[in-house]
Amino acid sequence: MKTLVWVEHEGGAVKDATLSAVTAASKLGEVHLLVAGKDVGGVAEAAAKIAGVGKVHVADDAAYDHALAENVAPLIVELMGHHDAFVAPATSTAKNIAPRVAALLDVMQISDILSVESADTFTRPIYAGNAIATVQSSDAKKVITVRGTAFDKAAKDGGSGTIEAVGSTGDKGLSSFVGAEISKSERPELTSAKIIVSGGRALQNSENFHAIIEPLADKLGAGVGASRAAVDAGYVPNDYQVGQTGKIVAPEVYIAVGISGAIQHLAGMKDSKTIIAINKDEDAPIFQVADIGLVGDLFKVVPELTSKL
Amino acid sequence: MKILVPVKRVIDYNVKPRVKADGTGVDLANVKMSMNPFDEIAVEEAIRLKEKGTATEIVVVSIGPAKAQETLRTALAMGADRAILIQTDDEVEPLGVAKLLAKVVAEETPGLVILGKQAIDDDSNQTGQMLAALLGWAQGTFASKVEIEGDAVKVTREVDGGLETVSLKAPAIITTDLRLNEPRYASLPNIMKAKSKPLATKAPADYGVDIAPRLKTLHVAEPAKRSAGVKVADVDELVAKLKAMGVAA
Repeated sequence: MKTLVWVEHEGGAVKDATLSAVTAASKLGEVHLLVAGKDVGGVAEAAAKIAGVGKVHVADDAAYDHALAENVAPLIVELMGHHDAFVAPATSTAKNIAPRVAALLDVMQISDILSVESADTFTRPIYAGNAIATVQSSDAKKVITVRGTAFDKAAKDGGSGTIEAVGSTGDKGLSSFVGAEISKSERPELTSAKIIVSGGRALQNSENFHAIIEPLADKLGAGVGASRAAVDAGYVPNDYQVGQTGKIVAPEVYIAVGISGAIQHLAGMKDSKTIIAINKDEDAPIFQVADIGLVGDLFKVVPELTSKL
Repeated sequence: MKILVPVKRVIDYNVKPRVKADGTGVDLANVKMSMNPFDEIAVEEAIRLKEKGTATEIVVVSIGPAKAQETLRTALAMGADRAILIQTDDEVEPLGVAKLLAKVVAEETPGLVILGKQAIDDDSNQTGQMLAALLGWAQGTFASKVEIEGDAVKVTREVDGGLETVSLKAPAIITTDLRLNEPRYASLPNIMKAKSKPLATKAPADYGVDIAPRLKTLHVAEPAKRSAGVKVADVDELVAKLKAMGVAA
């Protein structure tokens, strides 16, 4: 079986999410990659070094800049003429593109897989991760998105893929990129951070969030996350949100501060190796999943913790 | 401009789903059901566009059992003009839903279709993108802001690193993210009024598309349970635990 893996890249570098997708794809067979974008020669060279990679298809064209689904999907559909599966990391970019590819191929996508049971059978979470479904696809070609936290990352080195240019399918003229507002952060990226400190509504305002959560995160070299309540209240931007509809994380240590632990939040972090909860309400649902719990006022406890580390 | 808004009846988001003991699925008997939260946001956005004078008519459509009528009535009470129920007791996958919706679009010729970004039951996040593909339309997924500018639709999207803005050629598909708006509650008079708004009932067979499932669910299981944790008495004890784990020096 030949799989085609979508390479997610930014600023000329391959993003980590791609490496998990490569591991998932390698369980299905021969791994080929697709690097699409403008001036992506460097990305293609880096991608060719990923362990276990065969061919790297490179589509270098202005039409693929910003990965607009309307332009990228036809390119993938063309390459799927000689591949059996399209595998993409479950990032916002790929979640936008993959279902468009699936419908054009007339196949049902299998979203956010947790494991590959066989060439046609996969597990995936449903109902905010409260159930795990094992599904078997009857489609000849598979379109799959991969939950990054469920697969080890393939090594970035040691591979010797061959780079092959592919012709552009052109700009379909349906959509155009206007601009982006990307949050700047010196801290580790949430989805690949080893430690995450997350804050919730109990922080009360943005100033407290920055004053209490961030020093602890910096002390631990951790990424900073938030519950939906904290995002909705405007304490931090949307892309901090951990949960069913935000980012799915599974760090070594997840420290939930002032987060009650609603179903939708747990969906995004309950696969963390160790969960630590700090909350003044000893009946908060977060304590049911926490490995270590501390009942106390976060305004006292967290600064004390930060100073003692 | 006419706006089409597909809505789905799902388990209420506050209910903790229970997996059936025989592993065939999630137990939905006697469980509170509601409109999928992202679809409420889609209905709200359509109503706001109508209030601004951009939209002329809002048609809501649902595919599901007879009880999905309740979901459609909720949308009508919020402010939609009429509803279509494509009634079936079979589970229809996103691909099948997209195919049915493509037929509805062909009949209704809306200028915009607004869907939720994902349903909180199957968590697929596929239908809007698939519908856009089948129609050959542009797609603005995970929208947190929508502006109509003549023949173009400007959509601000929530992406992993922040926000991104794209301009789409109309007609287009939009899928809503949580931050797009705060859906309104239906008032009692509007709930009463919604009862007399038109609701057409159809069957999948009326549209002549193949909606046979492509994915077979072999088994549904509960996720692995976490072992019970411990409570620490104070910060010193927590620091000691963190040090023991090698997290802190």
